[in-house]
Amino acid sequence: MAVVTQSAMTAEPSVTSPKMTARDLNLFYSDNQALFDVNLDIVERQVTALIGPSGCGKSTFLRCMNRMNDTIDGVTINGKVTLDDRDIYDKAIDVVQLRARIGMVFQKPNPFPKSIYDNVAYGPRIHGLVNSRDELDEIVMTSLERAGLLKEVKDRLPEPATGLSGGQQQRLCIARAVAVSPEVILMDEPCSALDPIATAKVEELIDELRSNYTIVIVTHSMQQAARVSQRTAFFHLGKLVEVGETDQIFTNPKDERTKGYITGRFG
Amino acid sequence: MSLTFLLLAVAALCALSFYFGRQRAVALSGGRYSNLHSLPAHYGTYTAMWCGIPALLLLLVWYMFQGSIIEAMIVSDLPAEITGDSGRLSLALNSISLIAAGNGEHLSVDPEVVEAGQRLANLQTIANAALVVVMLSTAMIGLALSYRKIAKEMRARNNVERIARYAMIACSGIAILSTVGIVFSLLFEALHFFSKINPIEFLFGLEWSPQTAIRADQVASEGAFGAIPLFVGTLLITLIAMFVAVPVGLFSAIYMGEYASSKFRAFAKPALEILAGVPTVVYGFFAALTVAPFLRDNGAVLGLDVSSESALAAGLVMGVMIIPFVSSLSDDVMSQVPKSLRDGSYGLGATKSETIRHVILPAALPGVVGAVLLAVSRAIGETMIVVMAAGLAANMTVNPLQAVTTVTVQIVTLLVGDQEFDSAKTLSAFALGLVLFLVTLGLNVFALKVVQKYREKYD
Repeated sequence: MAVVTQSAMTAEPSVTSPKMTARDLNLFYSDNQALFDVNLDIVERQVTALIGPSGCGKSTFLRCMNRMNDTIDGVTINGKVTLDDRDIYDKAIDVVQLRARIGMVFQKPNPFPKSIYDNVAYGPRIHGLVNSRDELDEIVMTSLERAGLLKEVKDRLPEPATGLSGGQQQRLCIARAVAVSPEVILMDEPCSALDPIATAKVEELIDELRSNYTIVIVTHSMQQAARVSQRTAFFHLGKLVEVGETDQIFTNPKDERTKGYITGRFG
Repeated sequence: MSLTFLLLAVAALCALSFYFGRQRAVALSGGRYSNLHSLPAHYGTYTAMWCGIPALLLLLVWYMFQGSIIEAMIVSDLPAEITGDSGRLSLALNSISLIAAGNGEHLSVDPEVVEAGQRLANLQTIANAALVVVMLSTAMIGLALSYRKIAKEMRARNNVERIARYAMIACSGIAILSTVGIVFSLLFEALHFFSKINPIEFLFGLEWSPQTAIRADQVASEGAFGAIPLFVGTLLITLIAMFVAVPVGLFSAIYMGEYASSKFRAFAKPALEILAGVPTVVYGFFAALTVAPFLRDNGAVLGLDVSSESALAAGLVMGVMIIPFVSSLSDDVMSQVPKSLRDGSYGLGATKSETIRHVILPAALPGVVGAVLLAVSRAIGETMIVVMAAGLAANMTVNPLQAVTTVTVQIVTLLVGDQEFDSAKTLSAFALGLVLFLVTLGLNVFALKVVQKYREKYD
């Protein structure tokens, strides 16, 4: 598969059989273009970090990957995004099923105003993944376990989720996403509202989740990108400037702008 | 000097003192405002307040006492045979004030009274002149004192803000006191009524027929004051109204807030709110002239005996009236549900309707319940539609096809026309009003409690 690249900087060898790809992706908010010809491959069971200064389009790009931008008025998208080689913007794709395969965790923890149990059970219930209460219990427990939250909340499952601390709430949101058994999990700055200890826990969790899920994470913290990701993509002004192995991006960036950003000269 | 002129004079003095105070502060600052504790305008406002407020307070106190003091002076000069008899005294005082106002030429009264009338006119002139002098000098003194107090270090800003705070306290005090006043006026008349009619009979009696004999020689019924039929009627109509308003209001709010395109919403929301602007009288004759005959005719086709004034007609139209109330309040609370919750639900693959049912409505529930309860208390208190469309017959029925009557309708009919305020018939209006007030108050308190309880649970 030949990667069509806009400039030589992005000419990074295409990975074999990527989980998701973006090809010549352009996005407009009414008349403002927010993404320019983005080409990116997401490798299965790896963590891909999207970094870049504020307003560079990395969150917008992330939201293209599970069609969350559909909920915003006035957005037009052209280009192609695939999941397992199928175009997710194809008319035959049901966005509901798509989002069940591609989960999302948001910047601010956003548990529903329900009990801890019901938060995790929400996805399995609406997708009809379970036939009995026991199966549901099973899913809720495994998901909480996977999110590293079970020990802390197992005695208070019927309590409102809003009573948890910020870090616990964010891990609950991860458990909620995991409960639908997605293949890809998108995370939009999942630690920006958390303190350092909670952040460390979530990062640890991301590292563990990698063995089962493909993860794309938007982050403002370069240390975080270096710690949790295997691949890093640098966005600037709506363009994908450079993508590669995280080690390479941080130690030997090819593009001047990448170098400037990771050494703190701008952004 | 008339009152208007006096007030204008004080206002002019205030403006002057603002100017002087500001000028003095500017002069003290030596050209640099940062040398002052506050901005020059604060010093101006400070002087203006000290000029105006004491003078106005004085005016208030003066008018409170002027009448009774002058009256006492007049009465003390009247002969004992007049002052001894309270009926004669009030008659004499009436004539005196007429004479003082220059309208007493045709009165044939005692010379003492005529003399007292002239005296009253004199006293009033003196009092008015004194008021002008006292008030203007108070304003001047306030101006002079506060002007002298202006200094670089003086905290004019803090003083002005403190006075503004007192003014706000006074305003909220007025609002609260007038509510208390209304309650007490209701309460006293109602107690008066309950001294004639047993409260138990009033609250639990099953028959309402307030027509009593006005004169002793009249032939009329005894009168029965059992309020239950009225409450049943009120409840029935409220219930019908809620059956219309809650689903229609709620679903239109959901459509407007969640589904409608912004173009449609821009047109439809104001259109819906026009409903709220229709005067209730208009709803009333819509109910009486259009809906009620329509129901009667169609009922006849179906073989139902629908009365031409029916609870159903009034309730349906009242429901329509309340729709915008329910829909705009629920729309407000639903749009306050944070976007992050919607995103979370969509991100899990929920459809729009699943998101609304499982996330938005539960989160907005306290507000929706509050909106519905407020709508209920509005429906209970609504008068005009039921006066015109529900009828006057105090039937004890839950059949919506018959005429019923409500508490508010009865209050209106009891108080319309010439009434004497010591018969049980008239006084019963106040007892009904009191009960109505207590019911709506209870509902509002309950609504607030519900809202608070759920808010704790969901935040």
